[in-house]
Amino acid sequence: MAELLDTARVYGRVLRAQVRSQWQYRTSMLLEILGSTVVNGLDIATVFVLFSVTGVLGGFTGTEVLLMTALSAVSFTWGDLVAGSADKLREYVRSGLFDSLLLRPLSALLQLAVITFALRRIGRAVQGLVLYIVALCVADIPWTVERALFAVIVPISGAVFFSSLFVAGATVAFWWIESGELANAFTYGGRDFTSYPSTMYGGWFRDLFTLGLGFGFVAYFPSLVLLGKPDPLGLPTAVAWGSPLVSIIAACLATVVWRFGVRHYRSTGS
Amino acid sequence: MARVQAALVAAGFRRYATYRQATFAGAFTNTVFGFLRCYILLSVAATAGGVMAGYTGPQLASYVWLGQGLLAVVNSWTMLDLAERVRTGDVVADLLRPVDPLWTYLWTDLGRAVYAVLTRFLAPLVVGAVAFGLYVPQSLLTYPLFALSTLLAIVVCFACRYLIGLTAFWLLDIRGVMMFWVFVSGAASGLYFPLAILPDWLATVLWVATPFPSLLQAPLDVIVERGGTGHALLVCLGQVVWTVLLLLACRVAQASAVRKLVVQGG
Repeated sequence: MAELLDTARVYGRVLRAQVRSQWQYRTSMLLEILGSTVVNGLDIATVFVLFSVTGVLGGFTGTEVLLMTALSAVSFTWGDLVAGSADKLREYVRSGLFDSLLLRPLSALLQLAVITFALRRIGRAVQGLVLYIVALCVADIPWTVERALFAVIVPISGAVFFSSLFVAGATVAFWWIESGELANAFTYGGRDFTSYPSTMYGGWFRDLFTLGLGFGFVAYFPSLVLLGKPDPLGLPTAVAWGSPLVSIIAACLATVVWRFGVRHYRSTGS
Repeated sequence: MARVQAALVAAGFRRYATYRQATFAGAFTNTVFGFLRCYILLSVAATAGGVMAGYTGPQLASYVWLGQGLLAVVNSWTMLDLAERVRTGDVVADLLRPVDPLWTYLWTDLGRAVYAVLTRFLAPLVVGAVAFGLYVPQSLLTYPLFALSTLLAIVVCFACRYLIGLTAFWLLDIRGVMMFWVFVSGAASGLYFPLAILPDWLATVLWVATPFPSLLQAPLDVIVERGGTGHALLVCLGQVVWTVLLLLACRVAQASAVRKLVVQGG
């Protein structure tokens, strides 16, 4: 236990050093935080520009759509804060710098996460959280103890889900260095997908993303549970409660992919 | 002189043709976003009774899928090397060459765009046509007008990015400007939704006072024949005006940047 605390302290120290070094250029950092918050706000505004055309989206009212969008936003931004820099792995593999992470007696993945931590992402993470709290207040939720507990757990499990995606996506760089955009299809694509009710999509695409890849369990199914609504697509409510389980599976899969990738790593040799 | 330009276009083409993995990854991502945005817009249109802001279902499908392809062709999210070369001082080598760097970068970027048309534009187009069925233009004149409008979109976008690159002469670090550009150019160019669904005054301001609709909305409106040939000609005319204005702005900004430039050492 004491050993574990010591290790945690090392990571904490690296993280603090990162934050301090980025905080040196204060104006630049504040502008970047502000900028990324505004950009994120615009993404959310897009949902409501489309909402304004007819006043419903996929059969859901304004506060219901807001709940889904907010849940998606809080999950994505916190996942992004924790693991979004994982795509820097590409540069580490290309330059051979990844060697230095493997040489130290710490987890390579956690080292990568703390070394590439980007302070500028904090703005939109806070924004996402605030939006979620607002959405919970304005939505028509029949509160019970289970629902309250679920409302706390679900954004955390969503963040774990997106973190797993970031890690799994970045790992592709061990095989394909130029593939950065491939991961974007599922990370940023996943954020856009989860911002809207799944009922808006159709065909195999909806089944693949909602159930096959598990994106439905980030915002759509949890929102239905919180709102106490049955799924228009016909999935039993009991399954919708299982969102945290889906995130645990995603995290396990990401770990396996990462380990497999690290074993596959060959240094540049320089 | 024509040989120089041909060589620069070919060089731009070859440079990007080298990165085959990146091309595949980019086209794949554009395709996933194509499905996403197409379903979303079609769902909104279905709720609104089949037509959204004057676009029918097939028009919206064309709008989305061609938009996903054009995104890589106009390439608004990737900056030119210019800013980095200003920061490191390599820009001096560009300025010493007998061809004005503005034209060097333009011709190279056109070469890149040709490669993007053959790969990143065609891939989502084919997928969209198979999965959703696209709008087939009624008039034959639409095709050459679309080609013209796309070419103008590429040049307008190039000029905007060149101007952003030039700001490095004053700012050195262009991240702030770039973030603002990415922030505005996505939504205001019609990438996420057709500008026609915005309030009329806002859409008008964007069309008249900013070059953003010239990047994507203009060629897309031409190909889905929104408002007929007359409207398409008007749209292209607007793009021509923006092209001239922005290239002039590039010349003026570059002239004043070069006057400011101090080369150290020998």
